[in-house]
Amino acid sequence: MKFIFTRDTWQEIFGTIRKNKLRTAITIIGVFWGILLFVGLQGAAKGMENGFDVTFKDLATNSIFLWGQQTGIPYGGYNRNRNIQLEISDTYRIANQIEGVQFVAPRNARGLFGGAAPLVVNDMKSENYKVFGDYPIIDNVSKKKLRKGRFLNQKDIKDSRKICVIGERVERELFEKDENPVGQYIKINNVYFQVVGVYKRNNTDFFEGDDSIFIPFTTFKKVFNTGNRIGWMVIAGYPEEDIVAIEEKTKELLKRRYTVHPNDERAFGAANFGEMFGKITGFVKGLKFTALIVGIATILAGVIAIGNILLITVKERTKEIGIRRALGAKPNEIRGQIILESVFLTLVAGLLGMTVGGLSLKLLNNFTKGLDFPFINPTVSLEYIGLAIAIMVILGTLIGLIPAQRAVSIRPIEALREE
Amino acid sequence: MIQIKELHKSYRMGSNSLHVLKGINLDIKEGEFVSIMGSSGSGKSTLLNIIGMLDEADKGSYVLDNVPIKNLSEKKAAIYRNKFLGFIFQSFNLINYKDAAENVALPLYYQGISRKIRKEKALYYLEKVGLADWAHHLPSELSGGQKQRVAIARALASEPKVLLADEPTGALDTKTSYEVMDFLQGINDEGKTILVVTHEEDIAHMTKRIVMLKDGVIEQDKFVEQVRASEHV
Repeated sequence: MKFIFTRDTWQEIFGTIRKNKLRTAITIIGVFWGILLFVGLQGAAKGMENGFDVTFKDLATNSIFLWGQQTGIPYGGYNRNRNIQLEISDTYRIANQIEGVQFVAPRNARGLFGGAAPLVVNDMKSENYKVFGDYPIIDNVSKKKLRKGRFLNQKDIKDSRKICVIGERVERELFEKDENPVGQYIKINNVYFQVVGVYKRNNTDFFEGDDSIFIPFTTFKKVFNTGNRIGWMVIAGYPEEDIVAIEEKTKELLKRRYTVHPNDERAFGAANFGEMFGKITGFVKGLKFTALIVGIATILAGVIAIGNILLITVKERTKEIGIRRALGAKPNEIRGQIILESVFLTLVAGLLGMTVGGLSLKLLNNFTKGLDFPFINPTVSLEYIGLAIAIMVILGTLIGLIPAQRAVSIRPIEALREE
Repeated sequence: MIQIKELHKSYRMGSNSLHVLKGINLDIKEGEFVSIMGSSGSGKSTLLNIIGMLDEADKGSYVLDNVPIKNLSEKKAAIYRNKFLGFIFQSFNLINYKDAAENVALPLYYQGISRKIRKEKALYYLEKVGLADWAHHLPSELSGGQKQRVAIARALASEPKVLLADEPTGALDTKTSYEVMDFLQGINDEGKTILVVTHEEDIAHMTKRIVMLKDGVIEQDKFVEQVRASEHV
């Protein structure tokens, strides 16, 4: 092993490699490409994962939106096509009776899903906007980015305060440019509301956009006379809970409560974000795994190509090897030199590939920065880099054994005879 | 220095066996300058290869500097070659991507000698063959005679017991041949044992002893009056 670290060994190897530049270049292309792909794919997969992470960071991903529809099956003396109207009390039932539920937030809205958007007036300016009646906890479902002021709080709910949080577009359209809307009053449905906050659009909102107004759920109830009725509810499960099971159980519970046929699929509508998110996570996982397999396979192919070319060059270098042996090179020295050449070429190609791969990822990152595309900070973990290097060294050695053995099997006399 | 007794060697050519050496007896003492002559197919190169440990005899004994050369492993053979023998080939056999000094230093590299000493020795022997100024030229930049002189320097660099030259002048014109022989004579004058395989009469007569090989046996073995190459240059 000692000879690996001696300067002379490397001088011999560098000498050989330097004198055969074209051959060397062609030899390393395979591994270079393999590592480039490996790093590129891993980084891209990681970038997408990061991108999705950031996109869903502000979102309770393990959640369901659930609303009432019309029954599809006649049951318990009722006809089909009966409207199901969810009530506030349902949210308590679900929160108390379904296991794994973190919280349930009832929601009401005007101007969404059909129905006219209420008229909102500030002085001489007026416009129609969607109005949501919400509990503060809705902030946990889809985090609001507040630019000014605050979001709804529990006291607003308790006192049914006439306050509101408006979107950026509302601010832009109803107020002057240099005006601060916080503290001012606007008229919604002919009732004055004080503006307490302005929110910015985030990339995971579902309906709000930047042209909506949030008011306390309790206030909404009075202003729009909704009584105990709710538009829909958001059910959030604890992160480790099976959200699909929660959806099932919730629907069962509601079916009993509203006397709906157990097999009625139409009575309740639901959008399961946990399930969708799971699919995305699964997709990213699959992408990473594919990238790993493809990368390793390409490295493998590249290393085999190196072995192949070394095998050919050993044949080309028969005479040189013969001379070396006539001059007293021991078989192990010849073998070692060829193997080291193989490993060295593999490593150089690999490091080159990693560098270029890293740079491409950086470029890609810069390129996608401004775009609305879930791709952030593509990196390859150190473990994968280590894995790639280990694969290269091990395969480089193994593949080098073949040409090395071929080289030693050349008898010096045969080598010298060749003209 | 070299004792060879009843040496036999045959090559298998397909189903036929070609008996090349049929009982060679040869005794070469230290400081001798011997040429082995013979027509092609007489077995002279085979004999040299066996003496050079590049090939192995089927039968008979070969003792080099009191070391019996028999059933050597590849590794052992490599060590002995490096320690005992210096090779000079007809086609020079320099490594074409190494410069003159690197070529000369190569056997020293395999002896495990340090870089510094290798370099010094290489330059010393290049100087000895009059090529100190060409130390950093590639073989392709040298003439045939110069290449052979580099090869001689390389053969000498490991300070071997015996120099083995296989048709050292075969690829050179007469004038250059004599120059090369002049070098070899000078080295022999310093006491080095040299064995030359040649088929040229004039070259053979520049050695001190001629061994004639014919059909695998020694036909004639005589000491001759050495013709000094320098007289012809």
